[in-house]
Amino acid sequence: MSTVNQSPKRLTSDAMSASLARADQRVTAAPLGHALVALAEQDERVLGLSADLAKYTDLHILRDALPERFYQIGMAEQALLGAAAGLAMEGFIPFASTYSVFATRRAYDFLCLDIAEANLNVNMVCALPGLTTGYGPSHQATEDIAILRGMPNLTIVDPADAVDIEQAVPQLAAHDGPTYMRVLRGKVPRVLDEYDYTFELGKAKLIRGGGEVLLISTGLMTERALEAAAALEEAGVDTAVLHVPTLKPLDEETIRRELGRDRLVLTCENHTIIGGLFDAIAHMLVRDGTVRRITPVGLPDEFLDAGALPTLADRYGVSTDKLVERVLGLRRSQDA
Amino acid sequence: MSTHQPAAAPARVADSADEHRLQRIREAAQRIRANALVQAEVQGQGYIGQALDIADVLAVLYADQLRLRPDDPTWEGRDRCLLSIGHYALALYAALAEAGVIPREELTTYATDGSRLPMSAMASYTPGVEISGGSLGHGLTIANGVALGLKRKSNDAFVYNILSDGELNEGSTWEAAAVAAHHGLDNLIAIVDFNNQQADGKSSEMLGMEPIGAKFEAFGWVTRRVDGNNVAEVLPALEELRSVEDPAPRCLVVNTKLGKGVDFLEQREKLHFMQVAPEEWKLAHDQLKEQA
Repeated sequence: MSTVNQSPKRLTSDAMSASLARADQRVTAAPLGHALVALAEQDERVLGLSADLAKYTDLHILRDALPERFYQIGMAEQALLGAAAGLAMEGFIPFASTYSVFATRRAYDFLCLDIAEANLNVNMVCALPGLTTGYGPSHQATEDIAILRGMPNLTIVDPADAVDIEQAVPQLAAHDGPTYMRVLRGKVPRVLDEYDYTFELGKAKLIRGGGEVLLISTGLMTERALEAAAALEEAGVDTAVLHVPTLKPLDEETIRRELGRDRLVLTCENHTIIGGLFDAIAHMLVRDGTVRRITPVGLPDEFLDAGALPTLADRYGVSTDKLVERVLGLRRSQDA
Repeated sequence: MSTHQPAAAPARVADSADEHRLQRIREAAQRIRANALVQAEVQGQGYIGQALDIADVLAVLYADQLRLRPDDPTWEGRDRCLLSIGHYALALYAALAEAGVIPREELTTYATDGSRLPMSAMASYTPGVEISGGSLGHGLTIANGVALGLKRKSNDAFVYNILSDGELNEGSTWEAAAVAAHHGLDNLIAIVDFNNQQADGKSSEMLGMEPIGAKFEAFGWVTRRVDGNNVAEVLPALEELRSVEDPAPRCLVVNTKLGKGVDFLEQREKLHFMQVAPEEWKLAHDQLKEQA
């Protein structure tokens, strides 16, 4: 470890119970689990499955409320996704949960061939995306979106908060095809209900307008982008935030429209800067023949350190404070 | 979970009505072999060895055991037969043609551009093909989900999964075997084609999986093993596995002979992907006719 905290009390990794919420935040407990119970009560086709991680992906809420609608598959991710495919073939709408690293790295072939090729209505709901655990590379899915973006038929969602998760669940079920959602678990912040916002699958939404800087964000980075925008406002920098919860298919029309104005632009993602939001937008711009400077804020192209989340978020430049510093630094270099 | 009896010698089918039934299945098997040859000849090569070895098992399934409606391949009441081993496609197409699900004339389009009969079997191409196989070790995991789904719907159809001995190398098969037993999937029958051949050579020399039956039994399955080229053994074994009371999944290991039914292919160097000379196709067809 390169950085050693010399203060008497060091922050800890807190891997299994990690909650992203700060003590002063409004939160909802287990929004995925409760949204699934509400949906399952209305639609008997909806089922939950997990590979020995119900408790750690919030599916235990469904398991406990409607036990007959839940299957425990055991610590067998390939069997989990295969079984989900088979249930979907029989007309059910399975939500299969595990950690993102296991669904994408370990069971990729099953997700690809049994679910995506067959275009089945299987919804993968996977926890610990990007840097949401300090446990180290075995549990940090820093490249899951890069792995999955090339998979035909698959819809990919990175929700910002509990509001996104609650509103996404019924839309994922209604979508006639496979989906992958990165799950925020435990006490999940409620942020987007402070704005005039509703989640629409496939749509990017401008959460906050601003004339000088545009932050295009996805997943939990939208919360930090909004906090950064508020801090920047106090520093006299008018900052817009465009939230892109659906990464595939990308809402190119909305992103193009927002990029049409002359602003400093940064992308913000809880993912390696390779193969995620930044790459998807760059891909679109090059295809359009547009030259545009965009600064990617995201995780580096390296295996991340183990440690406490606030420490790591600062270290890798994805904390709110580091985002603000980055914007101000870019503006200074622009002015120079 | 109840205890399971060790693999016993299968009951023999004896009386004349049964003999008539067996004869009907044997004739279907020979037509399935001929159908497979018709397809392989289009390519001049192919997985003909496997198609000939599994023909008797497919005849028992498609001419006798499977509940199906040829004109309605997605009929809700059908038994689901999932082929893991996508490269056995020509055998499955041959059986689907025999069952009347696809027209026999279509077989000559096998693996040609635009055909509904690709070289590896895929659900999205062909009526009656339930899953896209080819990447091995998937079929049994999917079969579990189908079996769970049927139970949820109180649908008494059975799920069959045809897999190969080489496929047992894939760890996912054993994940699936554990899941099937844990969930008591007594509507699931796995059929393992033991032809002792995989891509790089003899299965027993690549990654030996014997004793296969005992492995499944240890996982909690009801297991039987028979000569897969003898319909008088395969038929009663599959009937028994369908009717036993145990709340457990069932496995039939079938010992088969690569190239079965065409002597020069049976005797040829055993290969995963056999070459057949142009003049040999007629000889092969003639041999099948003589046996009929």
